[in-house]
Amino acid sequence: MNISMLLDMAADAFGERTAVVCGNASLTYAELRQKAQRAAVKLREAGVEHLALLDVNGPVLPVAIFAAGYAGIPYVPLNYRLTRAEINELLGRVTPALLVVGDQFRDQVEPRDDLVCIASTEFMSAPPAAFEEEFIDPASVAVQLFTSGTTGKPKAALLRNENLIAYIVGTVEFGAAAEQDAVLVTVPPYHIAGISAVLSSTYACRRMVQLENFEPRAWLKAAQDEMVSNAFVVPTMLSRIIEEMQQMKESFELPNLRAIAYGGGKMPLATIEQAMSLLPQVDFTNAYGLTETSSTVAVLTPDDHRLAAASDDPAVRKRLSSVGQPTGAVEIEIRDDSGKVLGPNQAGMIFVRGGQVSGEYKEQGSTLSDDGWFCTRDLGYLDEAGYLFLEGREDDVIVRGGENISPGEIEDVLISHPAVADAAVVAIPDAQWGEGVAAAVVPSPGASVSVEELQALVRERLRSSRVPQQIEFRNELPYNELGKVLRRVIRQELAQAAQAA
Amino acid sequence: MSTVALKAGARFKSAVCDTQVMVIKAPAGDYALECGGALMVAPTEEGGGELNTDLAGGTLMGKRYVNGDESIEMLCTKPGQGSLVLDGEPLAVKQAKQLPSSD
Repeated sequence: MNISMLLDMAADAFGERTAVVCGNASLTYAELRQKAQRAAVKLREAGVEHLALLDVNGPVLPVAIFAAGYAGIPYVPLNYRLTRAEINELLGRVTPALLVVGDQFRDQVEPRDDLVCIASTEFMSAPPAAFEEEFIDPASVAVQLFTSGTTGKPKAALLRNENLIAYIVGTVEFGAAAEQDAVLVTVPPYHIAGISAVLSSTYACRRMVQLENFEPRAWLKAAQDEMVSNAFVVPTMLSRIIEEMQQMKESFELPNLRAIAYGGGKMPLATIEQAMSLLPQVDFTNAYGLTETSSTVAVLTPDDHRLAAASDDPAVRKRLSSVGQPTGAVEIEIRDDSGKVLGPNQAGMIFVRGGQVSGEYKEQGSTLSDDGWFCTRDLGYLDEAGYLFLEGREDDVIVRGGENISPGEIEDVLISHPAVADAAVVAIPDAQWGEGVAAAVVPSPGASVSVEELQALVRERLRSSRVPQQIEFRNELPYNELGKVLRRVIRQELAQAAQAA
Repeated sequence: MSTVALKAGARFKSAVCDTQVMVIKAPAGDYALECGGALMVAPTEEGGGELNTDLAGGTLMGKRYVNGDESIEMLCTKPGQGSLVLDGEPLAVKQAKQLPSSD
């Protein structure tokens, strides 16, 4: 059993249905299977241990994922935004390998004896070859993803066939898509959401519409032209789509768009509220997950969104900023530092357990406990009804005089000020307290606010230990291409500023 | 009657029709898993025998099949003419859950 079983089922049941569209290129499920099986024969002949991919979104992506599945070797998508040195360092960690490379990235790759390079177009058009199915162990590795490495050298997270199949079978109903349905995918291939999009879409037998790179106008145009019914976006994509829609003079019709799922970072409350009022016909789903959990483990459903937005009860209304409840496929617990399981509304470390949870790295091995629990290193709490609220990464916690301070709650207070557009709170070295609280704040266009006013606001809403001792104003905050704020960069800048002062 | 362990992820095929299934979940233990009146075999084994026409309700692609208390669940990965029976109890199609799409 392996992930290629998902494609076999789709191709057997809906072979003539379009599987993937990107610009003028498209493949049916039967064509996708044929190309993936032919490529798998090539992979076996090459005798390589990994299939790496260095390219933007395109039909080559599902071909590569399923070819690796048929051949029984791990698929390793690489981040094409990395430097040449970084890309070659990662390639050195997966050889002997076959690398499928887009033409524009060819120059990034240093030739080496244990690396076979094939252009994406050539990989897509492997000559006819008879594919013989072989037994593949469900416990074999299907996908190897390098983490972004914000705190050090990128780690290689391993997802086994059984993890991914448990995720798909546990969260998707086979053939659930209607003939005319289409999902618009704009997350890059090297992100877990880019992989789960291919697997989920295939198992649902849904047409997948790809954009090489995200750009709000191109997204809206593709959604309209391809009569898109579903989409997945990260929060920054949604806010840029909304901005674009508000600026456009002509009205934009998206009559087919029924569902937008979002995840991969914290969604600002204002953005989702705006999106819900601009697109009232759309079902919004918030999905929380990690690479190490084969994607989604909790969802805030469309009904949850509507109930929360319409409620007068502050506890229910607040759920719009939660990530919802655990999916049926996993269990979630909150624990304190000693490992004790905490009750409702008590914040601690988030633990997850279930068949889709891998919690495994190539270098480190499995990090699961004996009874299968994975420590996400994300902090948060569950409310009385089991809705999960995130409070940031453990690594981002500020330890001031022995007191743990979560940046998220201070950021929420700062952003609630009408003159503040964006804010990030980080730790800075402090001689007296060990660490101190500092903030980088982006004022709203045309607005201004004083450091003292913001400090007073935090003191009033929270308590004096939460008050940023240093606040710097910026035109913008540094984000990575998927909209994750780069706290490491802000921390360094603010520490330097503190030292200079 | 010979029995098999049903490990999650394990696949079986019918000896007498096109049906193939994958185990989604089952408590540890040995079970007699039949399709179309004959014991199911490993995907690599050769089948044989005749389909029992009294056990020919058919299997449907992508449907989940469960026993009475839903402690055992199978996924049909290839449809066929036979009906699934586990330890003498016919397996029934599990009602599809409404799952919110997150991808």
